[in-house]
Amino acid sequence: MDIFQQIGDSLQNGDTDGVQTLVRSALDTGVKPLEILNSGLIPGMNRVGEKFRAHEIFLPDVLLAARAMHCGIDLLKPLMIKEGIPNLGKIVIGTVRGDLHDIGKNLVAILLKGAGFEIIDLGHDVPPEKFIKTAMSEKANIIGMSALLTTTMPVMKKVVDLARAEGIYGKVRIMIGGAPVTAEYARQIGADAYCFDGMKAVDTARQFVGQN
Amino acid sequence: MSDRKDIFARDILPAPESILRAQDMPIEKMADPRIADLLYQALRLFDQYAEPQAIIRELSSEDFSLVLNGEGNNAIDAPLYDIYMSADSLAMFAVTIGEKISDEISRLFRVSDFALGAMLDTAASEGTDNLANFLESSYKASLQVRSGSNSSLVTMRFSPGYCGWDISGQLKLFEFLNPDKIGIRLNQSFLMQPLKSISGVILAGAPKIFYFEDNLSFCDQCTTHSCRERLKVMQASNL
Repeated sequence: MDIFQQIGDSLQNGDTDGVQTLVRSALDTGVKPLEILNSGLIPGMNRVGEKFRAHEIFLPDVLLAARAMHCGIDLLKPLMIKEGIPNLGKIVIGTVRGDLHDIGKNLVAILLKGAGFEIIDLGHDVPPEKFIKTAMSEKANIIGMSALLTTTMPVMKKVVDLARAEGIYGKVRIMIGGAPVTAEYARQIGADAYCFDGMKAVDTARQFVGQN
Repeated sequence: MSDRKDIFARDILPAPESILRAQDMPIEKMADPRIADLLYQALRLFDQYAEPQAIIRELSSEDFSLVLNGEGNNAIDAPLYDIYMSADSLAMFAVTIGEKISDEISRLFRVSDFALGAMLDTAASEGTDNLANFLESSYKASLQVRSGSNSSLVTMRFSPGYCGWDISGQLKLFEFLNPDKIGIRLNQSFLMQPLKSISGVILAGAPKIFYFEDNLSFCDQCTTHSCRERLKVMQASNL
C-alpha cells in the first residue's frame, strides 16, 4: 500500500496520530506537501464524505476524520505557504447578527477546511458590514452565512444587498444555510446557493471555485 | 403558584439512545468503542457542567391570553387559542442548564475536539428537553395532588416559535415570568441565553382538548412535527 493510501485510510479511521506520523514520514522522504494534500488527505476526506452520504458512517465518524485531516493540514500549511502554493479558495463564514448558534456553522467550517479551503471564521452575531468588509479585505471567493432563527434570516438579505452596493455581488459567491433556511429563500434574496448540510456546502464551494 | 426550582444534572441526564437518535445514528452504533467512548465522555461532561434551573408560574386563562397574544404576530389558526380556553390549569415556565456547558462545547471546538463537542452539544439539547419534561411531570403531579388523583388529566407544553405561536411571544412571556431570576436573558432576536434553555406554557386538561390537525398554515414550515409524537404518546397513555 502506498503512503497516500495509508494516509487516506488513517484519516478515514479518524487516526490523528497515524495521519501525523504518515504525513511527516512522507515529507521526510521528499514528497511535496501539495502532493500529500491532493493524493492522500483530500481523497481520504472525499471518501469519508461519500460514506456519510451513503449512511455507511455517521457524524461522529466524519468529525473524527475531520480532526485527523486538520492535523495533517496543519503540518503542511506552513510548508505550502513557504512554497507559495495557493489553497483551494478563501471562505468568510459566520452566523448572522442576532443569532448565537455556532455548532452548525462550526461543522460546515470544519468540513470546508478539510476540503482544502482557507476559512475565515467570524464567529456568531456577525453584523452584515463585517461579512462584506472581511470578504473585500481578504479577497475571499465565498461568503457563507448561517441563521438558526426566522428572526435572523433577514440579515442574510442585508448582506446580499450590501454585496450589491459594494460591487462584489457575483464576484464573491454567497451561500446560506441553517434550519429555517430554504432554497426558495436563497433564490428570493439573491444568494447564490442554499446548502442543506456541510457536505453540500463543500460540493457547492468546490463548484464556485471551479474544482468540481 | 410561582416557583423557582433547583434540580440536579443527574436527574435529567440524557439516555445514550436519545443522543444517538438525535445524531441520526442507529442504536447499534453504541457497540462501536469510539462512539461508546464519546458518549461516555459527553455524559460525564454533562454531569460536570450542566447547572439545571427552572422557574414556573401558574396563571389564569385571562392572564395567559395577554401573554399568548404577545405582539400580535401569531397565526390565526394556532391551536393554542382553542386549547388554553379549555384547559383546567396552565403555567408558564422556563428552564436552562446554564452557560458553563455551552462554554465547554465552544472550548472543545476550539481545541479541534469536534466529535466530542458535537456529542456534548446533542447531550445538552437532550438534557434541556429532559429538564422541561421533568418540570412538566412535576407540575402534573402537583395538580393531581391538589385535585385528588385524576388519572384522566394530561399535560402538554408549547413554546413560542412553534405551532403558530410567534417567537415574538417571548417578550410577553418574559415580562410575566421573569426568567432572569434563573439567569435566562432574551436578545433582540428573541433568542434565549444561555442557548440551552426552553420557555413556554404547560397546559393541563382532558386529553380531547389537545388534539389538532397537522395541516395548519404553519405546519409546512415546521421541521420537527414533534406534536404528532407527543399526541401519540398522550393517546397511548390514555387508552
